[in-house]
Amino acid sequence: MTVGLFIPCYIDQFFPQVAIATLQLLEKLGINVEYPIRQTCCGQPMANSGFEQSSISVYQLFVKNFSRYDYVVTPTGSCAYHVRKHFNKIDQTPEVVKVRNSTFELVNFLTDVLNKTEVAVSFPHQVGFHQSCHGQRGLGLSNASEITPDQDGQAIRLLRTIKDIKLTQLTRTDECCGFGGTFCVSEEAVSARMGIDRIADHVRNKTEVLTGGDMSCLMHLDGIIKRQRLPIKVMHIAEILNGNNIYE
Amino acid sequence: MTATHSQLAEAFNKDFDRTTWHDEALWFVRQKRDSAAYGIKEFQELRELASRIKEHTLSNLDKYLVSFEQNAIRNGVIVHWAMDAEEHNKIVLDILLKSNSKRIVKSKSMLTEECHLNPYLQKNGIEVVDTDLGEHIIQLRKEPPSHIVLPAIHLKKEDVGNTFHHHLGTPAHESDPQRLAEAARQHLREKFISSDAAISGVNFAVAETGSVVVCTNEGNADLGINFAKVHIACMGIEKIIPAWDHLGVFTRLLARSATGQSITTYTSHFTKPLEGATMHVVILDNGRTKQLGREDFRNSLKCIRCGACMNTCPVYRRSGGHSYNFTVPGPIGSILSPNLDLKKYSSLPFASTLCGSCTFVCPVKIDIHVQLYKWRQIIAEENILPVYKKWSMKIMATLLANPLLYDLGGKLARYVLRITPDRILNNNWLNSWAKARELPKPPKTSFKTWYIQSSKKK
Ligand code: SF4
Repeated sequence: MTVGLFIPCYIDQFFPQVAIATLQLLEKLGINVEYPIRQTCCGQPMANSGFEQSSISVYQLFVKNFSRYDYVVTPTGSCAYHVRKHFNKIDQTPEVVKVRNSTFELVNFLTDVLNKTEVAVSFPHQVGFHQSCHGQRGLGLSNASEITPDQDGQAIRLLRTIKDIKLTQLTRTDECCGFGGTFCVSEEAVSARMGIDRIADHVRNKTEVLTGGDMSCLMHLDGIIKRQRLPIKVMHIAEILNGNNIYE
Repeated sequence: MTATHSQLAEAFNKDFDRTTWHDEALWFVRQKRDSAAYGIKEFQELRELASRIKEHTLSNLDKYLVSFEQNAIRNGVIVHWAMDAEEHNKIVLDILLKSNSKRIVKSKSMLTEECHLNPYLQKNGIEVVDTDLGEHIIQLRKEPPSHIVLPAIHLKKEDVGNTFHHHLGTPAHESDPQRLAEAARQHLREKFISSDAAISGVNFAVAETGSVVVCTNEGNADLGINFAKVHIACMGIEKIIPAWDHLGVFTRLLARSATGQSITTYTSHFTKPLEGATMHVVILDNGRTKQLGREDFRNSLKCIRCGACMNTCPVYRRSGGHSYNFTVPGPIGSILSPNLDLKKYSSLPFASTLCGSCTFVCPVKIDIHVQLYKWRQIIAEENILPVYKKWSMKIMATLLANPLLYDLGGKLARYVLRITPDRILNNNWLNSWAKARELPKPPKTSFKTWYIQSSKKK
């Protein structure tokens, strides 16, 4: 099995450590991973702003880069959702259909394709998990509080198997962080306020390390943590699952 | 130009504590809804059923509307059809003038808000009193509702105390909800007794029997209608359900989704006029058939106006109903309003993170967040977005469709961010980001560069 690693533009540019952890984690599991270097982005930022038409050439580039792999794996639920859901705008050639069906968010890939049920690392910290909306309601990677009180999901299940980890029970389990792509600047006031409230929930419930499957949410939340000088460290779930320690 | 949602939301957010209070008040309602929804095991099946009944009805609306009309006429009800708000208001005025009605009590009608009926009637010398407590409060304050089920949810009890002190003569600084409600009750009682006609909204119109059903908690609709010699029920064409048997599905969902009650206190059925009285039903289109013709947006007409999408919306809770500038605020309003005036309401489909909570909570399964996304596409195509947004998106698309340009752009961005102190980054987007958030510290190399270098070493 060969996996094409898709690293969204902002992770490539600003959070290379997340991409490295993803790569290492997959390689440790014996997967042959390739990173096609002509890749850029899934087109989501433009499409969500109403410019789906302009994204079409970005979609095509994506398919060209990734159609040769058995699976496409990416450490972000939001981009995986975009590829799966919104690449319906281009001609549904066999390549496009294949790419749409074989694109997976990292944790989803670990649990549903590789059938991983536990990870053999230790992480002796109080961890708050931020469930991204696109992962949850878009890809169905976890239960939603609108439907059921049972908090369950792929990422949470994996995290629970980590040695010495403590997971934060949030007051509002799955409220949006307020990032929302260009929303974070076009609706700055509400976006910031949503992030502030999300962080306050984590502070109240004693999170030391904030993690999640979507670096875009985490980038926004980290911006708030840093501005408020709070003692919360932000790590992508790939870093924790890869056994990175908190100081790396 | 009308203010955009983000401008109004920014103003709303200036008061941090009040925003907290507003968010929590509505979150409390969302939680009550959750326990009610978790409380019956067939809740998700009910949603599916309700959605299908509505879809079926919408695709056969022509037939059901006509059979509703025939059955209503058979019951002795006078049925009127209105193309738009103006015609609706004229019809209502006409009925009132012909029946020599001067004093009107009104209840449960977002539709008459939509048509701006009150100012129209007042201009024509008719006194209209909104009798739902929340509606009455905002009527005294001359404000529009900020929520479709809880129209005065933006007001604290102290605000209501002040308003009542001014208008109803309650003691200054009275803020006890019980005593305030009692004062309103006394004041409204007089209005009920002396009213000539009652106007009500309609929650469901049953085609099979020609009846209209009104759901309230205060019983004011019944009181008004039973005292007056004329009853005018105003409804949009989408209120139809085919048969009595379907009603239970909706009444079970409506109250649970709206407030977490198992059923509204009163579910009143009006089928024929009382002895010596007349009953009218005004059926309004006002853009609804246009929406019905839009394939991507048609099913927004399934809405039963429960308000759950507002209570759950993290943006609504933190920006208030008035920031939407439309009769129906929140997620559902943001997909209904562009149908009526794309330009005027063009900021609303962007007032969302597309988190999808509205879609998940909606009792009739409207894919609200998908429709928000689709309206964005139409708004961008119609060229009504700010020019800078358009160009930045086009430039971004070009960059991202071209790996070489992308590499260069990324390098440049990281470099600029690294060497320039946050304070002097003179860019709209970066400034907005940096009001409440630090920018990420850019690393020296991108992952791509790292990957190429480390594969060379291997
Ligand atoms: S869209 Fe759905 S949730 Fe929102 S008011 Fe209508 S029925 Fe209720």
